Amino acid sequence: MERPSISTHIILIIGAIFMTLPVWVAFATSTHAPETILREGLQFWPGGHFFETYNEVLFVEGGVMKKVTAVTMLKNSMILGIGFAIGKVVISMLAAYAIVYFRFRLGVPLFWIIFMTLLLPLEVRIIPSYEVVANMGLLDTHTGLIVPLIASATGTFFFRQFFKSVPDELLEAARLDGASAWGFFKDILVPISKTMIAAILIIMFVVGWNQYLWPLIMTTQEDNYTLVIGIKQIYQVLNEGGELPQFQKAFALTILATLPPVLVVLIFQKWFVKGLVESEK
Amino acid sequence: MKRVQFEHSAVPYLFIAPQIIIIVIFFLWPAAQAIYQSFLLEDAFGLSSQFVWFRNYSDTIFNPSWLQAAWFTIIFSSLVTFLSLSIALLLAVKANEVIHGASTYKTLLMWAYAIAPPVAGLMGNLMFNPLIGDLYQGMNAIGFDFDHKLDPVDASFVVILISVWKQVSVNFIFFLSGLQGIPKSVQEAATMDCDSSFRRFWTITFPLLAPTTFFLMVINITYAFFETFGIIDTTTQGAPGGATTTLVFKVFQDGFRGADIGGSSAQSVVLMIMVLLLTVIQFRFIEKKVHY
Repeated sequence: MERPSISTHIILIIGAIFMTLPVWVAFATSTHAPETILREGLQFWPGGHFFETYNEVLFVEGGVMKKVTAVTMLKNSMILGIGFAIGKVVISMLAAYAIVYFRFRLGVPLFWIIFMTLLLPLEVRIIPSYEVVANMGLLDTHTGLIVPLIASATGTFFFRQFFKSVPDELLEAARLDGASAWGFFKDILVPISKTMIAAILIIMFVVGWNQYLWPLIMTTQEDNYTLVIGIKQIYQVLNEGGELPQFQKAFALTILATLPPVLVVLIFQKWFVKGLVESEK
Repeated sequence: MKRVQFEHSAVPYLFIAPQIIIIVIFFLWPAAQAIYQSFLLEDAFGLSSQFVWFRNYSDTIFNPSWLQAAWFTIIFSSLVTFLSLSIALLLAVKANEVIHGASTYKTLLMWAYAIAPPVAGLMGNLMFNPLIGDLYQGMNAIGFDFDHKLDPVDASFVVILISVWKQVSVNFIFFLSGLQGIPKSVQEAATMDCDSSFRRFWTITFPLLAPTTFFLMVINITYAFFETFGIIDTTTQGAPGGATTTLVFKVFQDGFRGADIGGSSAQSVVLMIMVLLLTVIQFRFIEKKVHY
């Protein structure tokens, strides 16, 4: 192949700056004093208020919200991200196993029911979903937050696709050895799906962490806010005005909400890309 | 289906039960409720309701504010889809050409995938904040009379810019993996046959990427319809005067803020039909893909 020209690199560098600069500026600005930000505007280099800002946002009650701190929100986001990822993998693996490895009377209609969830994004059934969760007394609970989100079809399709590619001989051999349905699943299928499971866990952690509309309507108490929801609140606080606007805290909160999923994606980049590209097929 | 399978018994039902139970309770039942409520009109206190056939639908669809939102959603989705796909395709083609620094470019271009739309929205909103935002001041300094709080076009510009920014990375990942899936031999043959890299791209590479592009179009339209809710809610909130209200944002606004359950449900059902159409299109495409 021919050598790539200078213009190729220039385009890529502009692209990389376009994708990175806003977050860098958000970080740099978050480390300055509010007076500096108001006087000079956005900052391109970090200032001296890193510990002050982040300490206040993370630990001081009444700093950002009325009483909740970013540590609490971080914990809630973690529970949502991890709970969502694990729940989704478990439920969709079990369902995909039933669909691929068993012939049963309701198999096809049940598969179509799962498929139908693709037609029902949360946004189009938002009010009745809220009512169902409210009637079950699950508002402001982790169950109510996570369970309604985990049953969509994406994970099931992914594992269905993967299980279909598993050689039939494995099951034949396992049956000769007298393996039960559960035994085959637990001892053979789960171990050979390890990379797939890891990839899906990573994607789903990011998806769960980034949930917005559902946590927004079904958490009413500050204690249950995730970081992504907390952001909405700080936006309103900023708009109310009154005291000196705490822009550095708003920026710090966006950075905190961004950091964990970004780290996960960067550390597990290979699996993440594989999982993303495969799961959408 | 597998050639070799377990014999039927109660076992598969146990495996599939958790997912089905959750789907029935949290998907099918609420969706049925939405359809049912879309035919009802509640009185002002929510105490009684009567069956009004398609009145909520006609009230919805002939309402100027719904039409405005529908119109904005179409323009917005087309622009977001077109712009984020074009930028991502350009970057993916270039990233596929380089040898030095390829993985650095790749990482820098894809990492924004992990950022939540509302977080991107708030960041953008702060950068356009008249008090501190350089983007706001910059736009005015270069001669635009820029005010996204008052001017519908400027507000749309902000929302579109942030939505495109957020979506480039996903498209980039898929385009790049599509490009890397093109066999080396095909690429080398193309290089020999055709000197101009521009022509080579449009005659060889782009047609080979067509399945990826089509698939991404569906993904991007879905994104622009639904996931941009978080961006709009943290930037313009549909203002000024509903100029940046998408259909999904309007469902939320009318249902939760306006407490118009019937009207909001009717809007939801219209949206369901739109998703259904998108899915049908997507499936016809997948069938085609299987053929080759």
